[in-house]
Amino acid sequence: MKNLLVLGAGTAGTMAVAKLRPRLPASDWRITVVDRDDEHHYQPGYLFVPFGVYDRADVVRPRSRYLPEGVDLVLGEIAAIDPEGCAVTLADGTALAYDELIVATGTSPRPDQTPGMLGDAWRRSVHEFYTLAGAEALRDALAGFAGGRLVAHVSELPVKCPVAPLEFLFLADAHFRDRGIRERVELVFVTPLDGAFTTPVAAERLAGLLEARGIAVETDFVVERIDADGRALVSYDERTVPFDLLVTVPVNMGADAIAACGLGDELQHVAVDPGTLQSRRFPNVFALGDANDAPTSKAGSAVHLALESFVENFVQHARGLPMTHAYDGRVNCFVETGGGKALLLDFDYATQPSPGRYPLSAVGPFSGLEETTMNHVGKMMFKWAYWHLLLRGRDLPLPSGAPRSDVEPRLEGAAS
Amino acid sequence: MLTTIAGRPVHVNDEGFLTEFDEWDETVAAALAADIGVVLDEERLAVLRFVRRDYHERGTTPTLRRVSATGGFDTKRLFVLFPKKPAKKMAYVAGVPKPVGCV
Repeated sequence: MKNLLVLGAGTAGTMAVAKLRPRLPASDWRITVVDRDDEHHYQPGYLFVPFGVYDRADVVRPRSRYLPEGVDLVLGEIAAIDPEGCAVTLADGTALAYDELIVATGTSPRPDQTPGMLGDAWRRSVHEFYTLAGAEALRDALAGFAGGRLVAHVSELPVKCPVAPLEFLFLADAHFRDRGIRERVELVFVTPLDGAFTTPVAAERLAGLLEARGIAVETDFVVERIDADGRALVSYDERTVPFDLLVTVPVNMGADAIAACGLGDELQHVAVDPGTLQSRRFPNVFALGDANDAPTSKAGSAVHLALESFVENFVQHARGLPMTHAYDGRVNCFVETGGGKALLLDFDYATQPSPGRYPLSAVGPFSGLEETTMNHVGKMMFKWAYWHLLLRGRDLPLPSGAPRSDVEPRLEGAAS
Repeated sequence: MLTTIAGRPVHVNDEGFLTEFDEWDETVAAALAADIGVVLDEERLAVLRFVRRDYHERGTTPTLRRVSATGGFDTKRLFVLFPKKPAKKMAYVAGVPKPVGCV
């Protein structure tokens, strides 16, 4: 009997075991998943918590409910990974030996990495929405915000769901309009990039949306510290951006255990081959989702699309065969733009976001790079699809091939 | 495309970044540094040598954090040496690809 050990029962770990369990004979492979608690968070839902659209009940479910039969869940904090000895030690001393390891521990906001971020102002005038507690504190702060300068800020890339800070601004714009106080609020976006987004086509499109909403953009801003008393962001080249309410995205880092064992880069993300997601150092270690350093978005859709090739590769690898499939870095996401509309971005390692339509028999069409009500509906339906389809290893009623005008998109797992 | 920098033929892309790793030398670097308004001194050369070595080993242009954390260069100082956009400017003068913003 061989052991497959999966660290993390979040989006990546849960989807992976749902797809792998039926493909690995139970007589040959034991599958064990480790996580620190039994709360699975629907992280895309955090964005809507500050605006009162979702609350805790929408975004938290037991992890155990979403793991398939034949997978053991062990609750405990990961203390150490020993890739040479093929074992993981938990904080209570439990040692878990493995033949194959999948690291799916994600990436986490680390406000401790920026001087001045944690302190008296934290969750008073300095907020974040990448944790449920942070999103709830921000909901209260927004409700009490009657006017002033609201700055949304990205500390450093990569961050998970890189469009979320822009979506937050679009939703904040709509929120203050609804309250009739938009003219009393100054909205500013501060980014370390040289534009609103990473890829030029999308950056141009998103910059247009920001401008249309009267949202100012400060680019090439690499934060050195936060002056909490003076209520200002301070950059390494000594520019300052004052705020009344700061909504920051702290530096994102992988699990601390990854740094200690030498699997990771300087942000503690596991160094992998971008096609196979196999560790560059240890052939029996893989890293899925936000935990790896693959040059694509840190987003649930990336791991969902990566699993198509990963599962086939892993089954080959488990049989001692060479891996013959490759992930192309594909990711797509609905970008909420406020007022009940959204646009759709779709790209991979090599391709820019492409405008296009996703014909869906059930709900389509969705339109790439255009704001439509249907895209918004798609985004809101996604919560249902996440809990009921994705985590259980079923496919979405979305095509997985890039939409192109000359090629009929391929439909997988049609909803009809 | 082929162009001439410091009197020698080199290949660059449409943003002026060198596309052939081995066409770089310190003479070319001095011209690229002048192009962005800085002087190629020993302190900057030390940074560029790290950037080139790291790119050569890993196949990707190092991020600002990596130059600081792994190369041991102070981030604030890098903003002085390569003002405003240090990651991009270090890559430009070092003759390696423009850093890809993580999408």
